[in-house]
Amino acid sequence: MGDTYKIAIVGSGPGGLSAAAHAAKSGVSHVLLERTDHLSDTIYKYQKGKYVMATPDVLPLRADVTFSAGKRETILDNWNKQIEGVKANVRYKSDVTAVTKDGAVFKLKLADGAVIQAENVVLAIGLQGNLNKLRCEGADLPHVQYQLDDPDAYEAETIVVIGAGDAGIENAIALSKQNTVILINRSSEFARIKQGNLTLITNAIEKGDIQVYHSAETAKIEENAIILNTADGQARVVCDRIIARLGAAAPRKFVESCGIKFPNEDRTSLPEVSSTYESNVPGLYIIGALGGYPLIKQAMNQGYEVVEYIVGNPIAPADQPLLERKFAGLKPANVEDVLAEIREVIPVWHSLNPLQLREAMLDSDTHVLKTGATIFKRNDYTSSFFTVLRGTVGIQIDANDPSKVVTLGPGAFFGEMGLISGRRRSATVVAASDCVVFETPRRTMLKLVQSVDSVRRTLDQVAIMRQVQTHLAPGVPAADLMELVETAEIQKFKAGDVIFAQGDKGDHMHLIRSGSCTVSMRVGGKDVVLSYVPSGNYIGEMALLADMPRSATVKAAHNTETVCIKGDAFKSLLDRSPTLKANVEAKFRQRIKANEQMQKQPEAGNIIEFLIAQGVGEGTDVLLIDESLCVHCDNCEKACAETHGGISRLDREAGPTFATLHVPTSCRHCEHPHCMSDCPPNAIHRTPGGEVYIDDSCIGCGNCEQNCPYKVIQLAYPPDEKFNIFSWLLFGKGPAPGEAMTYKGNNGYDHGEKTKRAVKCDMCKGIPGGASCVRACPTGAALRVSPEEFMSVATLSG
Amino acid sequence: MHESILVYRNHRYLKWALVLAAVSVGIYLIDRPLGAPNGGTWLGYTLGCIAGGLMIWLAWFGIRKRRYGVGKVSLEDWLSAHIYLGTALALIATLHSGFQVGLNIHSILYVLMMVTIISGMVGLYFYVRYPLLLTENRKGLSTEVMLGQIAELDRDVRQIAMTMDDATNAAALKSTQDTIVGGTVFQQLRGFDEHCPTTMARHFVESSTSGDHGPQRRQLLTRLIRKEDLLKRIRRDVQLRCLLRVWLYVHVPFSVATLAALVTHVVTVFYYW
Ligand SMILES: Cc1cc2nc3c(=O)[nH]c(=O)nc-3n(C[C@H](O)[C@H](O)[C@H](O)COP(=O)(O)OP(=O)(O)OC[C@H]3O[C@@H](n4cnc5c(N)ncnc54)[C@H](O)[C@@H]3O)c2cc1C
Ligand code: HEM
Ligand code: SF4
Ligand code: SF4
Ligand code: SF4
Repeated sequence: MGDTYKIAIVGSGPGGLSAAAHAAKSGVSHVLLERTDHLSDTIYKYQKGKYVMATPDVLPLRADVTFSAGKRETILDNWNKQIEGVKANVRYKSDVTAVTKDGAVFKLKLADGAVIQAENVVLAIGLQGNLNKLRCEGADLPHVQYQLDDPDAYEAETIVVIGAGDAGIENAIALSKQNTVILINRSSEFARIKQGNLTLITNAIEKGDIQVYHSAETAKIEENAIILNTADGQARVVCDRIIARLGAAAPRKFVESCGIKFPNEDRTSLPEVSSTYESNVPGLYIIGALGGYPLIKQAMNQGYEVVEYIVGNPIAPADQPLLERKFAGLKPANVEDVLAEIREVIPVWHSLNPLQLREAMLDSDTHVLKTGATIFKRNDYTSSFFTVLRGTVGIQIDANDPSKVVTLGPGAFFGEMGLISGRRRSATVVAASDCVVFETPRRTMLKLVQSVDSVRRTLDQVAIMRQVQTHLAPGVPAADLMELVETAEIQKFKAGDVIFAQGDKGDHMHLIRSGSCTVSMRVGGKDVVLSYVPSGNYIGEMALLADMPRSATVKAAHNTETVCIKGDAFKSLLDRSPTLKANVEAKFRQRIKANEQMQKQPEAGNIIEFLIAQGVGEGTDVLLIDESLCVHCDNCEKACAETHGGISRLDREAGPTFATLHVPTSCRHCEHPHCMSDCPPNAIHRTPGGEVYIDDSCIGCGNCEQNCPYKVIQLAYPPDEKFNIFSWLLFGKGPAPGEAMTYKGNNGYDHGEKTKRAVKCDMCKGIPGGASCVRACPTGAALRVSPEEFMSVATLSG
Repeated sequence: MHESILVYRNHRYLKWALVLAAVSVGIYLIDRPLGAPNGGTWLGYTLGCIAGGLMIWLAWFGIRKRRYGVGKVSLEDWLSAHIYLGTALALIATLHSGFQVGLNIHSILYVLMMVTIISGMVGLYFYVRYPLLLTENRKGLSTEVMLGQIAELDRDVRQIAMTMDDATNAAALKSTQDTIVGGTVFQQLRGFDEHCPTTMARHFVESSTSGDHGPQRRQLLTRLIRKEDLLKRIRRDVQLRCLLRVWLYVHVPFSVATLAALVTHVVTVFYYW
């Protein structure tokens, strides 16, 4: 067996190749192991001609290979040349299948049977994982492919798409524009796909655009055909091309098999690493996307740094100047001192490792505030999280009386309610004295809550108390709530989960802290929805108060978290607090009345159910069309296109209709936007008004398009030029108002420096007067509604 | 659930129009001009200015409709005002003329304007009435989906007919190949096709006496009946959508013509003064 390298690097993405280049330049013995026969497979697989961004701009690049924004081809060429130039030791077609530690030496097993030995291992395998392949005869024939870069590249072919997951369905639909497409589904129906895709595929099948084989398995692949095992026996389908989208095995299993621990089972949780990128296995390092750093520049910097750390050189990370700038307003401003102070003063940050703390602070904003400055206002839709380093802040707990203030001192945090519920801020917060606070964005907080258990715990303890105080027992002193809060627990529900069922024994109640629920009752053998209950409300108190079984069923409308409160604790609280008791009873009577009213109008309940299924329940602002008024003029789409660079962000005709209510394909502005969850440059934001929008830093990776369950995001080239209505009217110049610009699509047009970017409804942010679509509807059919108002009894029965 | 243009803002523009009309009629009745009432009196000028202004403003709607994202007022506001004030225009212009309509350039303007106004009223009727009919007719399916279902039925029909006698097969094939939906504006507006090959195929299959292929015949028949039903709905859909659009091909050209005649009218009046 060969010699032992100082460093074995697994994966030649930007992280891995930067590490290899630096090792080569520094004369450290190393090997770079890459599964494919080329460098950087993730970038290799980008769409041809894609313009790759070098975000974040402010982060300096520290690497021995160059990288700046440019075309995919240029970047890859460059890397190939430079890796050759520095004489890095690259071993292609080396799929690492196992890493084991034998004393001080790692053994890396490759798929071809070879074993590589190294003192240190750097895992830089990214997050793309391993594409699953077909396991039948002919799976490697040349007309079988496992991914699809550009559906428009195929024309007039008969294409079999295997796999009816989201990827397969999206491919099938895109291909069906120019080809005959046959979709193979292993199960008998379309399970577990996004609502938007379900609508699209059902339509395409009904229209005859796509043919489907359900309950079919691939038996064999031949030169120009595929043999299927179906419920009715074998079928032979002649085709030109086979595209199998069987998903990818996430790299987590492999990483765990190397001995690396993840903090919890959550799909998004990241392996823990030290500030030198070392995992819990000494000598095994993790960098790049796999470690939670989703951008090319970050990965490259880490590649450089990890080599320095391995050879025992504790350099300051490349982001040091950024942190210096962040802390510039503080005295003293020395980065290490400030970080130490943060760790000591603020308990939530206490348990973060140095790398996580740096990362959190890099994402956060430092606010140095004078007494009286407003930090956020009641009813804002912001969802960032604040921690106090020095000084005090005042929370105005009473909307009508700003002098009623709860003061928080150094080490405290606030803003967690907006973070958790995604709803409006429940109080205004001002600086009570000169103070220093950090504002950490929602995304960073979610990542931390997900990956550091102690952050979750610290947050929840305080949050439960405050949620109970705000939504259930306002004005009751904390001391009286101790018993109730201590026995309370947080419960999570997925869309459709039953929180409690009619007839159950009622020994607890729930305070909805995020998401929302529907209340339904069985009437004449049928479930009738009685109401929609958004977060910030409690449910289940009726059975407790009346000492009766549950009178209705409560289901989660979408992902929902509740604070589950024990019945006894609640009752003893009511005994001690007569005003609270009176309030709760008043609400109880009100609900009984509303329920009676709703039972008389099952139609209204059906509408609620329909809207919830369309994701309206989790939105803050949803476009609906009243089909009894819509004259199908499409002026709404034209208005949107015209005010948004020629690309309409709404599709009026698409989307389902119930009675005369139509939900077109357009953004719902979700409380917890799914689209935001993994955007590498963090380009998706939510304004204080609740609108979700994408800013210019979008790199066009398509993650948001994938993540939005309602299919409202498209990738499109930015517009060239804006046309003027008079030049169209008088000279016929440019497209007619609302018409798509001619270059839409990529038919040989050279887009130069342009890259496709994600576009979606931005609620006409920045256009005075608001939503152009609604304002352009001549008949008033288009309306924008907030679910809370819209799904109230009053509106639906009106 | 939502307000239609007729009742928009609690009939705000209806009220404006009524006030405008009442004031015009009132003054017209009080006014005692020298000689017969006509456009040349001070009142005639005033009414003429109002009518001319209204016409220009009404025609401006075509531009306003395409200026997206501009202005704070919604298009529904504009349209609601457009229909009521447009209707009031009919009265004001008539008063302006002093009921003197003859064969001259001035009366051409009057006729063009009235055609525009009446076409507007017809359009308004369509706008108010058809959306609901359209929705009910669709029963939750989009046009595209209905067309897709027809394509699916056609596939079945072809397959079933293949095993049957030549005459049936020919009729069925004709149904799958020659059935048209849409077509020219006139075909669209008619909403049915008395020579529809699908209907003929169904008649043929129904009345055919040969006893062979019993089960196939029944299968074929149910498919054809389903297709006929879909065709009926889809033709109705096309018809309604066409109606919602087609009146604009009268309204808009006549608006432009009205404007042109207005200019001529004003120029001639001052020229021959
Ligand atoms: C469509 C798209 C567009 C994007 N656009 C941009 C952009 O414009 N700008 C930007 O900064 N970022 C962009 N990103 C993100 C960027 O691509 C990643 O952050 C970056 O590639 C991560 O680098 P990495 O080195 O961690 O891993 P990767 O680049 O994913 O590289 C992993 C490498 O490891 C290899 N490998 C995996 N498993 C094994 C194994 N077991 N044995 C051997 N080799 C293995 C793979 O073949 C691959 O070559 C985009 C991402 C996507 C999907
Ligand atoms: C001289 C009088 C009128 C003129 C010059 C006029 C002009 C116009 C113009 C230019 C448009 C824009 C059409 C388009 O571009 O799509 C329009 C639309 C319309 N008009 Fe009129 N109009 C007049 C009177 C009326 C009247 C009296 C009514 C109804 C009672 C009416 C009802 C409508 C309706 C319903 C629309 C369609 C709106 C839309 O789809 O956006 N109009 N008119
Ligand atoms: S784009 Fe984002 S905010 Fe809009 S509907 Fe999709 S997930 Fe929700
Ligand atoms: S609100 Fe604006 S961006 Fe959103 S769909 Fe309407 S016109 Fe388009
Ligand atoms: S603008 Fe209004 S009437 Fe026209 S298509 Fe859109 S919703 Fe329907």
